[in-house]
Amino acid sequence: MLRNGPDAFGWVTILLHWAIALLIAGLLVLGYIMTRPDIDPMLQFDLFQWHKSFGFTALGLCIIRVLWWLASRHPVAVAGLSVREKWASFAVHILLLCLTLAVPLTGWALASTSTLDIPSFYFNLVVIPHLPLGKSAVAEALWTNAHAILAYSLAALVLLHAAAALHHHFVRHDAVLVRMLRSRQRDG
Amino acid sequence: MPVRLTTITASLMAVASFTAHPSLSQAKAPTLDDAAGRYDIDGSSQINFKVGQVGGGGISGKFTKFSGTFQLDRGDIEKSVVEFALFPETVQTGEPRIENFLRSTAVFDTASYPKIVFRSTKITRTGEDTAQIEGNLTAKGTTRTEHFDATLTKWNRRVIGFHIQGGVYRTRYDMSVGIPIYSNIVEFDMMVNGQKH
Repeated sequence: MLRNGPDAFGWVTILLHWAIALLIAGLLVLGYIMTRPDIDPMLQFDLFQWHKSFGFTALGLCIIRVLWWLASRHPVAVAGLSVREKWASFAVHILLLCLTLAVPLTGWALASTSTLDIPSFYFNLVVIPHLPLGKSAVAEALWTNAHAILAYSLAALVLLHAAAALHHHFVRHDAVLVRMLRSRQRDG
Repeated sequence: MPVRLTTITASLMAVASFTAHPSLSQAKAPTLDDAAGRYDIDGSSQINFKVGQVGGGGISGKFTKFSGTFQLDRGDIEKSVVEFALFPETVQTGEPRIENFLRSTAVFDTASYPKIVFRSTKITRTGEDTAQIEGNLTAKGTTRTEHFDATLTKWNRRVIGFHIQGGVYRTRYDMSVGIPIYSNIVEFDMMVNGQKH
């Protein structure tokens, strides 16, 4: 089943979810390591370029993810959720979708405004042009801060999201985690 | 702008007629032989370089501390010797973070290799006022043969100037960081002036 069903996610949603999850985790680790002040400068340069290429990949997948989310039906919430829990879940998911777009966009803005003017050469295949923003130390610092703050906010939200999924699986024993792992209509 | 040797010769002939001792029998026309001697490369020289980047543009910069000599052979320019040393620590690009990166172990590693040295091994005249300079370039502990094209731009009895251009593959010197975003070729475009010793 590619598309979402009435109470199950389709494979497109599931694959996008886990691909983006993997990218977010990897990009957070990469972003942390590459900004350590004592890192070898050559390694740092290369890690930044990998971060940019994977970051643009994440942006592309997140745009598809949001469009897919807007165009798809949403499986009903599992039974046993209170109204408040449903609203909290909805809010976290909306915020996650927004941040998965905002984090790479601020990264793109930071690369675009940097006075280093390093081209974004996507996996050494194609140049992704800079955004039409003026280059200056002030703009670069602003976008750097925005990128870092939003990225760590996203990390916190991802942890909350994962903790909630684990709580549902191991404490409440419901299908919240499982239905993001395999696409299957629940029996009966 | 290149100045042709013939032009120099003609103007020097004109100047020669105004010299203090025109009556002496040495009043023959000056030739390149008169340029023979040792010149110290002076601070008016411009050691500019550029590394292109994908999509256009690139990093342009210069080195501000260097030294060297031209030893022009009397009668045979091809026996002349050019020696040049520059201090990569003095690299300037207009962006301090790029300069620090160039000084770091990723590129010049100026802490371990403070000097880049060139010594010519062969000079081949390629035209009336041009020559190709072949020599050994030592950078970051590696010595390789490189070629530069020189054009005479200025010459009088005290000063000689050359426009020297050439491309150097940086991979040869363990400076391959950033390829292919940044070109492997460092294009040098130098105005090198010498003062007669």
